Amino acid sequence: MKISKQEVLHVAGLARLNIDEAMIDMFAGQLGDILEYVETLDRLDTTDIPPTFHAVDISNAFREDRIKQHLDKNEAVKNAPEEEDGHFIVPKVIE
Amino acid sequence: MDLHALTIHDAHELLKNKKISAKELVSSVIDRIETVDPVVDAYITITKEIALAQAEIADKTISSGKMKKLTGIPIAIKDLICTKGVPTTCASKILENFTPPYDATVMEKLNAAGAVMVGKVNMDEFAMGSSTENSGIKITKNPWEQSRVPGGSSGGSAAAVAADMCLGALGSDTGGSIRQPASHCGVVGVKPTYGRVSRFGLVAFASSLDQIGPLTKDVRDAAILLNAISGYDAKDSTSVDTDTPDYHALLSDDVKGLKIGIPKEYHTTKGVSADVLSAVQNAMAVFKNAGAKLVDISLPHAQYAIAAYYLIAPAEASSNLARYDGVKYGLRDSGPGGLIDMYKNTRSIGFGPEVQRRILLGTYALSAGYYDAYYKKASQIRTLIKRDFMRAFDACDLILAPVAPTPAFKIGENIDDPLNMYLTDIFTLSANLAGIPGLSVPCGFSESGLPIGLQLMGTYFDEQRILNAAYFFEQATDFHHKKPRLKIL
Amino acid sequence: MEFEPVIGLEVHAQLKTNTKIFCSCSTKFGADPNTHVCPVCLGMPGVLPVLNKTVVEYAMRMALATDCTIAHQSRFARKNYFYPDLPKGYQISQYELPIAEHGHVNITMEDGTKKRIGITRIHMEEDAGKLIHDPTRPVSRVDFNRTGTPLIEIVSEPDIRSPEEAGAYLRQVRSILRYLGISDGNMEEGSFRCDANVSIRPRGTEPFGTRAELKNLNSFKYVESAIAYEIKRQKMVIGDGGDVVQETRLWDSAGNRSISMRGKEEAHDYRYFPDPDLVPLVIDDEWIESVRKRLPELPEARKARFLDEYALPEYDADILTSAKELADYFEDCAKEVENPKIVSNWVMGTLLGLLNAEGKSIEESPVSPAQLAELLILIETSVISGKIAKTVFDEMVKSGKAAKAIVEEKGLVQVTDESAIEAVVDQVIDANPAEVEKFKAGNAKLMGFFVGQVMRETKGKANPQIVNKLLKKKLG
Repeated sequence: MKISKQEVLHVAGLARLNIDEAMIDMFAGQLGDILEYVETLDRLDTTDIPPTFHAVDISNAFREDRIKQHLDKNEAVKNAPEEEDGHFIVPKVIE
Repeated sequence: MDLHALTIHDAHELLKNKKISAKELVSSVIDRIETVDPVVDAYITITKEIALAQAEIADKTISSGKMKKLTGIPIAIKDLICTKGVPTTCASKILENFTPPYDATVMEKLNAAGAVMVGKVNMDEFAMGSSTENSGIKITKNPWEQSRVPGGSSGGSAAAVAADMCLGALGSDTGGSIRQPASHCGVVGVKPTYGRVSRFGLVAFASSLDQIGPLTKDVRDAAILLNAISGYDAKDSTSVDTDTPDYHALLSDDVKGLKIGIPKEYHTTKGVSADVLSAVQNAMAVFKNAGAKLVDISLPHAQYAIAAYYLIAPAEASSNLARYDGVKYGLRDSGPGGLIDMYKNTRSIGFGPEVQRRILLGTYALSAGYYDAYYKKASQIRTLIKRDFMRAFDACDLILAPVAPTPAFKIGENIDDPLNMYLTDIFTLSANLAGIPGLSVPCGFSESGLPIGLQLMGTYFDEQRILNAAYFFEQATDFHHKKPRLKIL
Repeated sequence: MEFEPVIGLEVHAQLKTNTKIFCSCSTKFGADPNTHVCPVCLGMPGVLPVLNKTVVEYAMRMALATDCTIAHQSRFARKNYFYPDLPKGYQISQYELPIAEHGHVNITMEDGTKKRIGITRIHMEEDAGKLIHDPTRPVSRVDFNRTGTPLIEIVSEPDIRSPEEAGAYLRQVRSILRYLGISDGNMEEGSFRCDANVSIRPRGTEPFGTRAELKNLNSFKYVESAIAYEIKRQKMVIGDGGDVVQETRLWDSAGNRSISMRGKEEAHDYRYFPDPDLVPLVIDDEWIESVRKRLPELPEARKARFLDEYALPEYDADILTSAKELADYFEDCAKEVENPKIVSNWVMGTLLGLLNAEGKSIEESPVSPAQLAELLILIETSVISGKIAKTVFDEMVKSGKAAKAIVEEKGLVQVTDESAIEAVVDQVIDANPAEVEKFKAGNAKLMGFFVGQVMRETKGKANPQIVNKLLKKKLG
């Protein structure tokens, strides 16, 4: 099952990636190969097989509702690309 | 004496007996890094000042008689593990300038154990790859032959250990990323049971598969380092609250009566080089001669592991990497466009092609209409693979297999064919999908002198048993004594 | 053709735990920007979430209070999308296996009709941060203090059929949340949010029409207005021969209309999958029972008890139990006083009148239940009349003094001495012969005049019952 250029573009949009013309074809081809390979899974009948989402069987990992040390105000924004008065600054959505 | 060539346990004895100081040891390693790394390129950041300061503290600890097994021991840390105040790049442009304000839990443990961090080592970007060629920063060379890859994604860790640029290293393993580079570089690498070692502070690639583990010069060192980093962590909900045995103290080389499973699906000639086949066969003979029993077992769903893995891992990764958006930290491409353009430009410039490819694949596998056919289906296959192992361990104590189908390939050989690269993970992926522990121990060399590793896998939380078997094998052979001859300029 | 509206409501309530749902940062409002944060809620590389057990308890309380079935196993899922106030690029929520399902809420309309509104599900999730748009530059500011605050999402069945029913439902849900002590339920402050899904269909048919989602509903009033507007709008669209389009519409309270977001919003593909960093939540019957035992009395039960124990009319019981603090106030006062109806009259009338005029809540009442009780006992024991009591009450509010003290200070003790009153009555009758004539001729209304005169002479202190009795006796 090959993946179309439209689908690559759509998925790239969902993932917030720019794919230029040259890359679209390459990705479409590579992803198509991988997806074709992955189709081997269809050969297996998995009705009634429960999915495994966790490698080990644990449940109920909790913490108590107690306040712990916050990050220092400066530390929080230290790595920020743009910062002002303790706020993170981002460009607005352009309509 | 070349102090940098010591093992952890030998260095510990010398330190304990005051034959050498931590400062001398660490200085020797730093010198070695400065001499050799221009050729190997394993290090992204060398933390010389921090290391020397930690060495000084270590020497004081030693004098006060309170030293532990890792006090003063120089360790390299994969750049995927957060180190407070020290840049943690994940070998990606998108985090080139990121310095975490906190330590990973394993770092807190190493610090408490008195270990010395000599630097952060190279890897495939965000741990995605099997050769370290996907690093967004540099390409690491295999110390055994510098035109070849060290393996990946913990290529820097393996190369640093192999070239004596540290006494031990931490790496991470999601689909084989500790075991395979260990195999390619002739060192020991251990992937613990999922949940054995805390993931807090390990930058997530595929959360349900990732584990941190040691890469070392021999099995005793691996046991020591694994002990230091293991244990329940309340900050990691997937961490298991179970006791950690003292792997080092309990090391034993008795394999009489040990039942070693040989999965027929793995012991195939298809795609596997003759060198690897013969090394693994010889290893089987060594075990047999010492009284172990070789048992034929089957892992019927082994062939589906790659497909399942390359749906689950990219899916989780596509979500884990969504936080790299230029808002709070890391790279931002401040173009003229608005918010959406900032997201797209930042991520397209910041992520390399392999990372982008996996994000696309993962996003696709989770997208509307495809979730059932891809992610859910792969998760069901995962159940079948798990059941295969549970059944196998009814018939045997541990499983023996190759690590990689071939020794280290040449740099650039596989880079244009991602699917081909994925197929080389065939022997290692299943352990991650099931969550069981696995390790690689040197078991031979190719005709041209390239290292080959032997994989041993155990059942859940049974690291001791595979460490013991590996210890026996290592002591019964001398592969671990061989060192690469580096062509230093 | 007659159309009937079909309405479903999604409520998000912030839970008032001490810490956030997945990290130990404080949830307290009003801190400096980005000071109640840590690497976990900032979504830094390598961090992991750990579930706050109290959030689970609170969600269980709400589930039990709305008769939902609590799932023995539930899971957290990631809802993936990009927005600056969402640090991880996904929200941790619940998708396929929510903590509770299939409950209901009973509502009573203003005219007394009762109805049951179904609850489809309740699930836990984390709140996002705050995005403030700069008015002068093309930038926005992000404050992550609110990120990770625990929310429960309560989704109703599309059982609501009018804006009024919607209002009644929201008020009841909020009341329950406040009774349980798990949320402030304050729409203006953002601890209670509501989105509405509205569609219409020909009366008597079953299939649902296409629905529009209404957002930016910041008060109960706006919810009702927006729903009413939307029903009208959809009817007009269909009346004109068109089709209702599935879309999101933002309520513009200033313009009293909704604005379509169509074209501006992207089709969201949230790519839900189980969060691998969080393990399944297993709730056994024992845990459910222990939470159930510790549930406070809920509004419905409390109202029933008020009807029974205090023999109050339904109207009174409804108002008094509409808010827990009000019901508490009433009961604290009523336990001192003989007749609960007098308490109820004074609380609903005089006290709430004062509080509403000053924009105060019952918790801010200047008169405590015990202080009010003291005043009401003075009426019950005929020390003062009801009318005088009102002036005493005003003085209590103004000066903060106790009722007894004020009555003594101002000499307001009621005159109950019949002979003393009789003397005044005689005096008034003598002074107003013309009115006596008119009264005896049949103008019964003049009784009020005579009572007023006696009251004036006694400075309001004569016991009104005795005055009336004596006047009737003397005037016939």
